Amino acid sequence: MKQIKEYELIIIGGGPAGLGAALSAHQNGLKDILIVERDIFLGGILNQCIHNGFGLHYFGEELTGPEYSQRFIDQLEDTSIEVKLDTMAMNLENTEDYRFVHIMNMEEGYQILKAKAVILAMGCRERTRMQIQIPGTRASGIILAGQAQQYVNLEGLMIGKKVIVLGSGDVGLIMARRLTLEGAEVVACVEVMPHLGGLNRNYVQCLKDFDIPLYLSHTITNIRGQRRVEGVTVQEVDSNGKPIPGTEKDYDVDTVLLSVGLIPENELSSEAGVELDPRTSGPIVYENDETSSPGIFACGNVLHVHDLVDHVTEEAEAAGYAAACYVKDGGCVTENATRIELKPDSNITYTVPQHIRLEDIEKNVRIYFRVRQNYHDPVQVLVRDGNNNQIAKFKRPYMFPGEMENIRLPRQLLDRVVGNELTISVEE
Amino acid sequence: MHDVLIIGAGCVGSCVAYELSKYNLNVLLLDKENDVALGASRANTAIVHGGYDPDPNTLMGKYNVRGAKKCMELVETLDIEFRKTGSLVVAFNDKEMETVKQTYERGLANGCPNMEIWDAEQVHAHEPNISKDIIGALWVPESGVMNPWEFTISHVEVAVREGVDLELNQKVVDLIDQGDSWLVKTETDEFETKYVVNAAGVHSDEIHNLVAEPAYAIHPTRGQYYLLDRSQGEIVNSVIFPTPNEQTKGILVSPTIHFHTLVGPDAERIPDKEDTSTTRDGLDYIAGEATRCVPGLNFRTNIRNYAGVRANSDLNDFFVDFIARDILELGAIKSPGLTCSPVLAEEGVKMLKEKGLKLEEKSNWDGTRKVTRFKTLSPEDKQKALERNPKYGRVICRCEHITEGEIIDALERGMPVTSLDAVKRRCGTGMGRCQGGFCGPRIVEILARETGIDVEDVLQDKLGSYIITGRTKTNEKPEVTKS
Repeated sequence: MKQIKEYELIIIGGGPAGLGAALSAHQNGLKDILIVERDIFLGGILNQCIHNGFGLHYFGEELTGPEYSQRFIDQLEDTSIEVKLDTMAMNLENTEDYRFVHIMNMEEGYQILKAKAVILAMGCRERTRMQIQIPGTRASGIILAGQAQQYVNLEGLMIGKKVIVLGSGDVGLIMARRLTLEGAEVVACVEVMPHLGGLNRNYVQCLKDFDIPLYLSHTITNIRGQRRVEGVTVQEVDSNGKPIPGTEKDYDVDTVLLSVGLIPENELSSEAGVELDPRTSGPIVYENDETSSPGIFACGNVLHVHDLVDHVTEEAEAAGYAAACYVKDGGCVTENATRIELKPDSNITYTVPQHIRLEDIEKNVRIYFRVRQNYHDPVQVLVRDGNNNQIAKFKRPYMFPGEMENIRLPRQLLDRVVGNELTISVEE
Repeated sequence: MHDVLIIGAGCVGSCVAYELSKYNLNVLLLDKENDVALGASRANTAIVHGGYDPDPNTLMGKYNVRGAKKCMELVETLDIEFRKTGSLVVAFNDKEMETVKQTYERGLANGCPNMEIWDAEQVHAHEPNISKDIIGALWVPESGVMNPWEFTISHVEVAVREGVDLELNQKVVDLIDQGDSWLVKTETDEFETKYVVNAAGVHSDEIHNLVAEPAYAIHPTRGQYYLLDRSQGEIVNSVIFPTPNEQTKGILVSPTIHFHTLVGPDAERIPDKEDTSTTRDGLDYIAGEATRCVPGLNFRTNIRNYAGVRANSDLNDFFVDFIARDILELGAIKSPGLTCSPVLAEEGVKMLKEKGLKLEEKSNWDGTRKVTRFKTLSPEDKQKALERNPKYGRVICRCEHITEGEIIDALERGMPVTSLDAVKRRCGTGMGRCQGGFCGPRIVEILARETGIDVEDVLQDKLGSYIITGRTKTNEKPEVTKS
């Protein structure tokens, strides 16, 4: 084991979250910053996202994934931020004064590094066919959308000729279009929920424009083919998600493309004792993206799954700023700050952050959340305190589960809160 | 001309090959698939059974305890993943407790050592997550969980290193008697041999019937499984069996060598010996039964469902005999076949000797094997391994922390490896919660680079399980069907 090297801040993951956090921490005064990235390039998942549509909010223009990440990678040049590529974070330990990050790579072997603060930016992974328990054979040709994206866009390899897409997450929609453009026939996209999983713009641009039918409240109930997929059975499901007998329809396909959800990758976080929220599968965080373990922050898809990288960057910059404050001042945290718990009402799936510390909010706090169902007509987002007093009201023309929402709560409104909780709900 | 030709490279055939590699013989091991351990040895419950279950009057009863002991030696010699967990046969009522006591007696008759009858308190002290309704159990300490792939593969790796020939993708279609030798015909080739060993597992009856009158019929019996993630912690410490009945040992809940939880199997007679598909009904049944014994099981943590087909037959025992001149059959091997396979091999070789096979020991035979499992090494040993081979420093499978060095080691152990699943069976890649989502494309690349095959020829599993259908941007005109 080599001697322990110390950093002010170690960022685990060099995708858009890690890059945004590193640059922000640097701009806010930190010098000893290390980014640990397991791939041989920075940029994370953006490297395989060769379609455009990135950066509309943040840069005000449409970029491809690699172009978006390159803008940040270029900025690293003039900084003291150190990057270790092809390096895996193996373990994370948290003590009162320091965080210890165990890393490994081919050049330097196994090392333990020490940091005042750590930002988790490991991203997410795809939910598999096994997790949703589709019975049938285990033939080849059952492929995750992101994995297909890696083969097709990065390796130049095609993964099927006749494809059915299960799940209407964004990566699945994007890949339905990509595979069509590369010469495959995409016969349908089926979604078990009664609503779209991804962004409406992706439905329009990737399915509708290519005449690929979308079947909501449908799922695959059997996969055939001993060696390579030969076909699937699709069935309609009832309001409880149970297949309805008699609705079976067979498709002869050689490929099943799965886009059935993304899961924040938090094995490292849990091992370090970071508390997770079962609703997001990401860490429970405060207003400054600090987790339940002091000195450990989280941002991007490891915290909750985003639809737009622009929001990831915004969140990462906030996390980078907060980590810089923590390193310089021993944290932004006021002693005995008033802790307010944010509670999603039944029509909201989650909020991030889950807690706020009132005295630590400078001007306002941004709350990210998702709704549970489609709202095609104008709705109001209501924020109520423990006494059921309405604190704030926001109007939205429509809301969909596939599109992450956010509201900003100003400090002066929060000062009026009675009790230690805020409930967020949607009303038509 | 071969001295011995073994049909089938499952656990039994592989043990025979290993056993015969000790002698100056020309041995050929054939399998119809593109890797070894692709029949019942691939998808089973991975248990070294204690020996309380089989009827003492059967070969299964005679071989089980000896086999368990032999397996526990072999896991050391061949460096096979194994955990001695012990097993419990649990009873919910007095009637079942009676059966448990009979099972204990049967275990004694089979020579199963160190068994104990436990009361509810002892059971719950050992297994806090087990149903509170359980009133007692049989405790069998001399049993455990073993990697059945590695068991089979390690035997073949050593056999091949010690001179045994291995031919894959060779499905035997006929056996022709040439008077003093046999001509073994496969779909593509012919091999001459003095002796033949039929170790064709679920297909052993088909080989049997090529040269002899039918003696038994295999009833292919499918068993389905859940593999649950280690995120719910180790819910059981030992293998939990319900009280068995005549059909099956029941749905068990078992720890695994990799600290996951295994649940299954059911027992469903099916017409197709190769049908390893899972079904909704089967999986729901397993989940229901298992929850009876271990109520806290969380099936939402499922990381894999699979099914295996076992070679149950109307004999209710193994079939071990010569079926024609110089053709030995080790057939109808059902549970506890994995545990018994080293004994079946020893007995088989003895029987071949009695029929005149000359066993002249090699002076320099080495029956050992050692592999590097990087994540299990101490920090000092990790450092040493990294100095020897820096590729242990590159993690390929991020869920299970398997390194590029370990994958390359597996490719260099003398057997052809052409599929992602073949790498998985050797290294454990893709066995975690992402099921190869991230590492799949990287292993395809490593396989192509290291073995010289084209990326398009890297398979998921058996022949025909292709992953890649071509290259993009080949200037072919896209065919887009408008609906």
